[in-house]
Amino acid sequence: MNKTINIMIVGVGGQGSLLASRLLGNVLLNEGFDVKVSEVHGMSQRGGSVVTYVRFGEKVYSPVIDKGQADYIISFEKLEAARWMSYLKKDGKIIVNTQEIDPMPVIVGAANYPEQIIEQMEQLGVCVIPIDAFHLAEQAGSVKAVNLVLMGVLSKYLQFEPEVWEKAMLECIPEKFLELNQKAFALGKCHN
Amino acid sequence: MYLIDQLEEGLDKTVKKLMLGNEAVARGLYEAGCCVVSSYPGTPSTEITEYASKYDDIYCEWAPNEKVALEVAIGAAFAGKRSFCAMKHVGLNVAADPLFTVSYTGIHAGLVIGVADDPGMHSSQNEQDSRHYAIASKIPMLEPADSAQAIAFVKLAYEISERFDTPVLLRMCTRISHSQSVVETAERVEPQTKPYQKNPSKYVMMPGNAKNRHVVVEQRTKDLIAFAEDTQANSVEINQSKIGIVTSGTCYQYVKEVFEDRVNILKVGMVNPLPEKLILDFAAQSEELYVVEELDPILENHCRCLGLDVIGKELFPMTDEFSQNLVAEKFNVDVPESVAFLQDVPVRPPVMCAGCPHRGLFYTLNKQKVTVSGDIGCYTLGAQAPLSAIDMCVCMGASVSGLHGFNKALGKEAQTKTVAVIGDSTFIHSGVTGLINIAYNATNSTVIILDNSITGMTGHQQNPTTGYTIKGDPATKIDLEALCHAVGIERVRIVDPYDLKECDRVLKEELAAEQPSVIISRRPCVLLKYVKTAPSLMVQKDKCKSCKSCMKLGCPAISIKDGKAFVDSALCVGCKLCESLCPFDAFESITK
Repeated sequence: MNKTINIMIVGVGGQGSLLASRLLGNVLLNEGFDVKVSEVHGMSQRGGSVVTYVRFGEKVYSPVIDKGQADYIISFEKLEAARWMSYLKKDGKIIVNTQEIDPMPVIVGAANYPEQIIEQMEQLGVCVIPIDAFHLAEQAGSVKAVNLVLMGVLSKYLQFEPEVWEKAMLECIPEKFLELNQKAFALGKCHN
Repeated sequence: MYLIDQLEEGLDKTVKKLMLGNEAVARGLYEAGCCVVSSYPGTPSTEITEYASKYDDIYCEWAPNEKVALEVAIGAAFAGKRSFCAMKHVGLNVAADPLFTVSYTGIHAGLVIGVADDPGMHSSQNEQDSRHYAIASKIPMLEPADSAQAIAFVKLAYEISERFDTPVLLRMCTRISHSQSVVETAERVEPQTKPYQKNPSKYVMMPGNAKNRHVVVEQRTKDLIAFAEDTQANSVEINQSKIGIVTSGTCYQYVKEVFEDRVNILKVGMVNPLPEKLILDFAAQSEELYVVEELDPILENHCRCLGLDVIGKELFPMTDEFSQNLVAEKFNVDVPESVAFLQDVPVRPPVMCAGCPHRGLFYTLNKQKVTVSGDIGCYTLGAQAPLSAIDMCVCMGASVSGLHGFNKALGKEAQTKTVAVIGDSTFIHSGVTGLINIAYNATNSTVIILDNSITGMTGHQQNPTTGYTIKGDPATKIDLEALCHAVGIERVRIVDPYDLKECDRVLKEELAAEQPSVIISRRPCVLLKYVKTAPSLMVQKDKCKSCKSCMKLGCPAISIKDGKAFVDSALCVGCKLCESLCPFDAFESITK
C-alpha cells in the first residue's frame, strides 16, 4: 500500500466530527497534499456511531481507511475508541476523549458500558492519548467545542505551522464562534 | 447547514479546493450552464440540490416526489434549457415511469438525471443497483470515481445528451457523494438558447409515434456503443501485468489502493452502454481477467456476453460495499495486522433525538399495543427497543396503503388495533394517494401524520407542508387538515405529541371510531433553529423509586446511574415526557 497518512475521526452523531474533518481537510489542502475526506450523512447521524476518514499524501486513491491502516484515531468518546481500535496501524496513536456517552443498549440495561477501556487498550500494546476534552471545551466556553480541543491535540502530532491551522479555522468556522473555537483548540494543543 | 452557508462566498472563482462529490455535481451543473433543477431529497443524493440552490443562475426546487421532479426536469429540457434532477436509488423507482418514456422522446436541451446508490445501506432500505435502470430504459449512464470526475462527467453528460438526443444518467454512490476530494473549478458556460419547437411525432408518445421513436432509440444505442469505444470516460492503464481488472467508480479506487500501477486496469466511466472492442482489446493484453464491481455483475455479464472468461462474483460478494482490504484479500495480497478490543463493544445504533416530537406518539402506540404500519423517515427509528412501535416498513408511502390492505385482509376486528404512521414530507410524497384509497375503498383505518414541519432524516429540507421554498422564501403551505377532508376523511384530529394524556385519549377514540380517520401529531422537529428548548430536567434522587417508568421512553438523555434515573443535562431539552410519566414526581426543571 502507498505512503498515505490515515486519520480517523470517530464519535457519536451530533458531536461535531464533520466540522473537525472539514477543518483538517482544509489544513491538508493548504499544505499542498492530495486529500480525501469521507463522511457519513443521514441516518447514523441521529446519535449513532459515526466515522470520518481523512487521508492525505502525494496521491490518495481510496476514500476510506481499513483495518490496521490508521496512523491516528481521534475518538470523541471512549467506547467508540474501543469499537474502532482495530483500524489502528501497529504503531499508530489513538487520541481519546474520556467522556462517556451511553449507547441505547446500555441505557436500557441490555448491555454494560465496558470498564477500564483505556487500560485494556494499553494492555493490548496500543499507544493511547487520553484527554478530558469535554471539560476543556467547557473551560473554553462551550461543551460543543470538544471537536476543536481534539484537533488541538492532533495538531501537536502533525507538526504543521500554527498559521495553517489558524487559516483553516478562519475558513471553516463562522465568525461568531471563532474565538471560542480558537480557545478550545489552544487548550487541546497545550494538553500534555 | 452552516457548512453549506459558509461556502456561499467564493463559489464562482475558486481554483483548487476540497469538494464533496455531491457539491462537485452541483458545481458541474453550474459550469455546464444548467438552468433548472428539481429533486426530492434522499441520502446520499440530497446535497447535490442543496449546493445547486446556492447558485443564483440555477433555478432549484424541492418537488413533492421523484416522479414530479423528473417530469419538471423533462419539461424544462423540452422547453430548451439544460435541466437536472437528483434522487437516491429507490427514488428512481418512483421516477421510473417518466424515465422509460423520456428515453423515447429524447430531449431538446440537455437532461441529466443524478441517481445515488447506497451499497452497504448506510441510510437505505435496500441495496438496489441503478445500472439496471440504465440498461432497461436504454439511457446512457456515467459513473465518476471522485469529485473532480463528478464535475467533468456532468459536463460530458450534457454533451452526450445533446449530441445523441437522450437523457443521461449520472450514477453516484455513497462513497463518491459523501467524500471530499480535490477539484479545480472553471467558469460557467452559458448555454445557447434553444427555442421551443412543436414536434408532436417526437414529444407525444402515443403508439403510432412511439413505434417510430423506439426504432430511433435502438439506433441511438448502437451509436452510443460506438461512442463508448473511444470516449475519454473510459480509460485503460496497461502495466505489463498478467492480471487485467475491469472496474469502475469507487472500486477503481480500491483496486488502485492495492495495486497502484502493478496491474492492467480498464476503468469504465461510461457504464451504459458498454464498449465491446475496447474490452476485447483490453482482455487480449492480460492472461487473467477480473471484474471488480460492487452489487450486481453488470460489467461481468457484459464480458461474458463478449465470450470472455472472467472472474467476478465467484470471488467478490454481491452484498455490501467493498474496501481496499476486501480487494487485497481476494487477490491474496497481504493486509495489515490489526488488534481488536477484547471485550464485546455494545452497539450504538442511531436513536431518536432527546426531545424528538415523535417519541410521545410512539410511546402511546407501544402502550396501546397497536400494530403499526410504518414508513420512511426519522420515525422508522421507532421500531427499536424500548419503543418497538413499528411492525413493518417497506417504502415511501407504503404505511398508508399497506394499512388499508392489512385491514381489508383481516376485517373489522383489525381496524381497531392498527394504525399507519407517516411523516409530513412522506405523506405528500406518496402517502396521500393511499389515503384517497382508504376513503374511496372504505376501511376504518387510522392514519397518523407525524407533522414535524420539515423533512427530517435527510437533514432538514423544506417541503410543501412547511410554507418555505428550498431557498427559504415564503411559499404556499398545504393545509393538511383541509387536504384530508377534501379526499373524504371526515375525522381529522390534531394532537400535541408532548401531551401523553391527549395522545392516549385521541388514539383510543379514533381506533374505536367507525369511520376512517387521520390524527395529525403536530410539533416541529426539536433540531429546527427556531424551536426554543426548555431548561433541562434533573432527578431528585430521594424521590426516585427506581421504577424505570421513564426508561420506557428510550430517551438518550435518561439513563440509570447507581440504581436511580439520571438526566444528561447536555442532551435534555426539557420536553418533560419523563416528568409526565413519573409516578413519584422525581423530575424537576433546572432553574437558574
